[in-house]
Parts: sequence; C-alpha cells; structure tokens
Amino acid sequence: MSDIKNVDARGLSCPQPPMLAKEALQKMDKGTVEVLVDSSTARENVSRVARNSGWNVTVEEQPGGVYRIVLRK
Amino acid sequence: MSSVSRFLTSRWGPIITGLVIGVLAPVLVKLGNPGNMGICVVCFSRDIAGALALHRASVVQYIRPEIIGFVLGALIAALHFREFKPRTGSAPLVRFLLGMFAVFGALVFLGCPWRAYLRLGGGDWNAIFGILGLIAGIGIGIAFLKMGFSLSRNRPAPKALGWVMPAIMIALLVLLIAAPQFGRDADGNPTGPIFFSTAGPGSQHALLVISLAVGLFIGFLAQRSRFCTVGAIRDVILLRDAHLLYGVLAFIVAAFIANLALGQFHPGFQNQPVAHTDELWNFGGMVLAGLAFTLAGGCPGRQLFLTGEGDGDAGMFVAGMVVGAGFSHNFSMASSPSGPAAFGPITVIVGLVICIVIGLTMREVKT
Repeated sequence: MSDIKNVDARGLSCPQPPMLAKEALQKMDKGTVEVLVDSSTARENVSRVARNSGWNVTVEEQPGGVYRIVLRK
Repeated sequence: MSSVSRFLTSRWGPIITGLVIGVLAPVLVKLGNPGNMGICVVCFSRDIAGALALHRASVVQYIRPEIIGFVLGALIAALHFREFKPRTGSAPLVRFLLGMFAVFGALVFLGCPWRAYLRLGGGDWNAIFGILGLIAGIGIGIAFLKMGFSLSRNRPAPKALGWVMPAIMIALLVLLIAAPQFGRDADGNPTGPIFFSTAGPGSQHALLVISLAVGLFIGFLAQRSRFCTVGAIRDVILLRDAHLLYGVLAFIVAAFIANLALGQFHPGFQNQPVAHTDELWNFGGMVLAGLAFTLAGGCPGRQLFLTGEGDGDAGMFVAGMVVGAGFSHNFSMASSPSGPAAFGPITVIVGLVICIVIGLTMREVKT
C-alpha cells in the first residue's frame, strides 16, 4: 500500500488550502492524500482543484466543523 | 432553498452572481449612483469614511447602503446555510495594514477591482491600465504565496465576535437614517457628526431602500457563490482554475450590455466619470491594490462577505479600508478627475515596499 500524505489546511485563508493540496498532489503520480479543512469554501476549492487534476474525491464531515477530504488516484 | 444553494455553489454560482451584479450596478447608476460607480467597494468605504468625518473631502461623504447590505445579506445566507462561523487570529494587525494600502492604491486609480471592471463595461478605457496593474499586483502576491507567505491560521471565536461587524452595519444604517446634526458653525455650515455631500459623487445615490435591497441581494448571492474579483485572476494563474474567472467575465459582459441598453456606454479615454487619464498611475495604483488584496486573501467585496460569516480578520481588513480612505484624502493621496494627487505616486511606491516586506516576512509559526 502506498503512503498517505496529510495536509492540514485548517484555519488557513484563500488560496492556501487548494494551493497546499495541489502541491501535495503534484508530488505524487498516484496514492492517497488526506486534507483537513474547516470551512465549506476550502472544502469546495480543494475538491474542485483535485477533481480537475483527475483525482477521486470523498469528503467526510467531522465534529467541530472540520472536513476530512480524501483524494485518491 | 437547498437546491438554490447547490446551484450557487456549483460552477454556475459565480456566473449567475456576476450577471446579476453586472446588470444591477448600471441600473443603480441609472437610479442615481455616480457614473460607472453602481458599486465600488473602495469608493463606498471612502464615502462612509467621509460621512463619519474621518476625512473632510466634502464631495465624497455618504453612508452607502450597498455596503451595509453586502454584510447583512452575507450574514443572512451564512446563518441560513450554517456557515456563520466566527473566527479570528490570523494576523489581524497586518490585515488592517493591507486594507489601508489596498485603498491607497485603489484611490490612486479611482476604483476597486469591482469598479475597474464596471468602468471597462462602461467604455472607460483608462480601466484597462488599472486592470493590467491589478493582474501584475496579483502576480506579485502569488510569487510570495509560492515562497511560503502566510498570515497564519485563524481560530474559532465566540459567537459574539461574529456579530460585531453586522452590529456596526446596523449602527451605520441608523446613522444614515437619523443623520444626527449637533449644530452649525459661525459660517452656518453643519458641524456633524454625520456629513453628507450636497455636491459631487457623494451626493449622487439611488434611493436608500433600493441601494440596501440590491446590497442585501448581492451579499446573499456572493456569500453562496464565493464571488471574488481578485480570486478570479489569482486562481487561474496559481491553480489553473477558472471557476471564479467565469464570474468576472460574466460580470463585465453583463455590465457592458446593461450600459448599452441604458444609454450609459461611452467609449473613450477622455471625460470619463470619476476617472483620470494618467496611464502610469492608473497602472501603479492597482499594482499596489492587487498585491494587498492578494496577500489578504480576496477582493474588498469578498472581505465584506466574509465579515458576514463572522470572520473577524476580514473585519480588520474592512476597518483598515475605511481608516485608510480617511488618510488617503487627508494626506492628498487620492486622485481626482484632474489626475494623481500630490502624494499619490510616492504613496504607491512606499506602499509597494511595505507590502513586499510583508510578503517576505510573514510566515506561519509552527507551534
């Protein structure tokens, strides 16, 4: 099983969450990246940027308004 | 309601928002707002600063209901869709400074990004230099972001903090309606505390209820769709993501068509409303504004909508804009239709140096 890369983008403002996620995705051809965000806007932005690069996106809402976004390819 | 929300958060959201604003802004001009200034977040913040006597430029003083509506409309959307999440702590003092410098730059050009696009849609070709400057400023900001610039993370805050900016907007609405006057000086001029222009752009406005209703509607839409006139350009360059750009393109096209239909499209460089023809400083002013907006994470409209979600850091940026607008006129930095003011160009240069220092020094501190 390949490594899981984690990106904690909680509390960061635009455009850092999608930027950090994209940087993580660009460093790997395939595998799994987990991104933590705490706003709907960041959730939408990270999901959209990942989908645009051909990654599979699943989102899980956690307590405290945190979203765990799992990106797979 | 949830299907409307899904639609507004889809790829169509920014486009619909852009179309709505692009039509309503020229309509507001028809109903009384200044030329190509149906909506200008910076100019309107400047008018509010003047109404509160933070500056005494008598032609630009009015409490603009559109600004009040932006915050309260976004608040209503955020409350309804459970996105009211008070937060603060991401370098608030630096955000205040960025708000000030963004306004310094924008008032050298004579408009925020919203108005730059509206001026273009009204045929004011001077806006082209402003928009090129805006793109350049955003590009510099992106270089800093790639080098690791960050204003650090915010933290959840008590609910009460999120209500501060909406409460200030309600207070402004009360002052607008009550317009208190404490007396007159020896020459018979009102001594305030609230000042409204009797001539010039500040005296030109649509009816209060119309401006407020338009502001509320736009605030609601833009909170859902995340419409941002700076993010639009930033995300294309940084993320190859045109989601927000389509919104701005829709905005410009709609403004052009609406101006044409209302007989307000006057192509050219000369004699444009509330504009000057100095290419260099139209460009330079917006380089500074574009950089400051990018470092702060979004355009001035977006900052207002974020305050409606309870974002205290965006609130500091807005406070910086209003205070900065006061300084801008008091210190002869703001341009007039005759051109840049005495200290406009040097302010742009000093502002760029300070924003570059901010870009190079602000980093996330790991705890």
